[in-house]
Amino acid sequence: MLMYTLKRLLAGVITVWFIATATFIAMHQVPGDPLMNDKAVSAEIRANLEAKYGLDKPVTTQYFIFLGNMLKGDFGISFTQQNRKVNDIIRDHFPVSATLGILAIFFAATGGVLFGALTAVYRNRMPDVAIMFLVILGISVPSFVFAALGQLMLVNINSLFGYSVIPVAGWGTIWHMLMPSLVLGLTTMALLTRLMRSSMLEVVNEDYIKTAKAKGLSPTRIFFRHQLRNAILPVVTVLGPQIAAITTGGFVVELVFAIPGLGRYFVQAVQQLDYTVIMGTTVFYGAFLVFMVIVVDILYGFIDPRVRLS
Amino acid sequence: MSLFQPETSMFEPLETQDGAEVITRPSLSYWQDAWVRLKKNTRAIISLNIIILLAIFTLLGPFFWDVDPALQDLNQVSQPPSMPKTALVVGSYQSWDGVTIENYEPPEDYADSVPAPTNFRTEGKPTTQVVRLVWDPVPEADGYNVYRNVREPQGFADLGLPLGATYGDELSYEDRLSLESRDYYYSVVPTDGIDEYEIFARLVITPQLAITQEDALERGLINRIDDVAIGELVEIEFHPLGTDYLGRDMLARLMEGARVSLFIGIVAPLLYVIVGIIYGGFAGYIGGRFDVVLMRFADFVVALPFLLFMILFKIAFGIGPGESGIMPMLIALVLLMWPATARLVRGQVLQIREEGYIEAARLLGGKNHYLIMRHIIPNTMGVILVTLTFAVPAAIFTEAFLSFIGMGVAPPTPSWGSMCNEGVKTMLSHPHELFFPALLISITVLAFNLLGDGLTEALDSKMRSRD
Repeated sequence: MLMYTLKRLLAGVITVWFIATATFIAMHQVPGDPLMNDKAVSAEIRANLEAKYGLDKPVTTQYFIFLGNMLKGDFGISFTQQNRKVNDIIRDHFPVSATLGILAIFFAATGGVLFGALTAVYRNRMPDVAIMFLVILGISVPSFVFAALGQLMLVNINSLFGYSVIPVAGWGTIWHMLMPSLVLGLTTMALLTRLMRSSMLEVVNEDYIKTAKAKGLSPTRIFFRHQLRNAILPVVTVLGPQIAAITTGGFVVELVFAIPGLGRYFVQAVQQLDYTVIMGTTVFYGAFLVFMVIVVDILYGFIDPRVRLS
Repeated sequence: MSLFQPETSMFEPLETQDGAEVITRPSLSYWQDAWVRLKKNTRAIISLNIIILLAIFTLLGPFFWDVDPALQDLNQVSQPPSMPKTALVVGSYQSWDGVTIENYEPPEDYADSVPAPTNFRTEGKPTTQVVRLVWDPVPEADGYNVYRNVREPQGFADLGLPLGATYGDELSYEDRLSLESRDYYYSVVPTDGIDEYEIFARLVITPQLAITQEDALERGLINRIDDVAIGELVEIEFHPLGTDYLGRDMLARLMEGARVSLFIGIVAPLLYVIVGIIYGGFAGYIGGRFDVVLMRFADFVVALPFLLFMILFKIAFGIGPGESGIMPMLIALVLLMWPATARLVRGQVLQIREEGYIEAARLLGGKNHYLIMRHIIPNTMGVILVTLTFAVPAAIFTEAFLSFIGMGVAPPTPSWGSMCNEGVKTMLSHPHELFFPALLISITVLAFNLLGDGLTEALDSKMRSRD
């Protein structure tokens, strides 16, 4: 168990290094540089600026400086926002994205498990057909359309009441978070519902269910203790990769709902070629996702005692 | 009890029957068998037909609908879908003196309240060139304000756009403010010269689309100025699915956008599946240390946060002025997506390598490349085909997603995603600009997903015994 965890962690660290290197190489391939955005600067000022940001050194030196600073947890200063540290940007905006993501995962997981179990219980009957239709819709319609429609719905609700019941955009209260996280979780919810349904249908025919019935257990007890608990396992496995999908999906939702999350910052930084912010956020996001997947995998061993981690 | 008495006639040979031992069930190859099973799946077949229709729409559409998708028809901006429309040919604008009261005497006392103006009407035919409003005087009033709304006013505070004010002796107003052929709710409010009385008369008008001969000639609707006379109708540019915010034809743009979206959606998966097959095939077939190293590298690529690197690579390859940005997106997709296929193919190859028939072929002297080409690749084809089908919607989504956040295809090249991006901005007033591209994305993704489901079932040879 400990060996497994250590092994995974080591692989994770190497992966993060790989991400950092790939980001560095990609960034240095980009035509143009952040200083180009400024008004025409004379050669001397330009040289000074380059010296200030360390852009005058050879690429390999820049790479090792970058790696060294990263080990210290320092991603440098933003090029476009004077005197603002990348660490500060991440500290200010990542919690927003994380809150949004956690809520979305919560909606997706509860909804997916619930609806998936329902469809399996009511197989080929009305609730099954209706939910599976919605699932297909959820998988086929792009998330930005849902975001736009969700916002439209809020506008209509508010105009129905005559005042702002649920804010249409922005961030701050729990009411602000409701619609964006729901929209963000929708696609994942659809995927999880599908997965839960097939896994549940498999479980229903297992011998231990028959045994439980023969023992005379109540249907609710069989449903919760025996079917749900066993069927939920595959859902947990995909939760790790889905966390990654949800975090990146957050870009659109943050854009549409004007949420000050890290995703919006990243898009902005890319448009302005803000080297340090791009590299910082990419490495941070990458590391976060890599370790989330590891955590989910390890947790899986606790949830399902049959899985031996090795 | 009599014994059985055999007769010689019982021992005659039977006539030989032809074909008694012929297998009646036709011998089907793997692919024929899969096709038979796929044909039974209604949903998959409908999806296949939709995909064929989409291909026709994309490839043959421009021959039937020969409209330049980049042409801006600024006379018809953000038009909803419609049937062919005609416009009334009118003369050039003639100035109008309006209706005034001769020898007007302003009221001596200002009344607390006044009745609403009566007989609120139009003078002449209301067209998009000009709408002339006339009303009867209110004796106690010393002026009027005219408002225009595009929907039915909900009360006095909701009269809409204030068009202008008149003095007490002027009983008419001429509206020439960017008129469209739609319902207008005009209101006229009497004033005491400065302040409004809280009462109004209302008139609902739908101005007729009008065009002058000169404009018609300039827009190419007629060839010579005297092709149509004033008062006749002329057909104007036809936009069956409406126009966008720059007056570009939606249908033509959807076709052009389909070419971009489907190109990325089909070519990118094809490319990275090929890369994946080669990579995974080598790793799986050679095996050993080589396999470990190759797969470890693939693991790293998988761990890259997909969207971040998609954006990063896209800008790293750069878009020059006038380029559409399709190629950088294609390369970025291939660079990031190949490991999934590589892993899958490697797993398949590892499994198939141990099968008895490979061993047999090797014993019979089959060379490596023969084994790979003849036995291993054909046996992985089913799985690869399914991956490919599911990869198409994923690629289409990625393109739409990137274009939506403004990181995808550069304008003016349309793609379904960038059209959605533009449509979202005018979602409330002109929903068709978002609806059509979003619908096409959804239908395409749905069709490929259902086809993929069908293929998974059809290509699974274990299913054969269940028939």
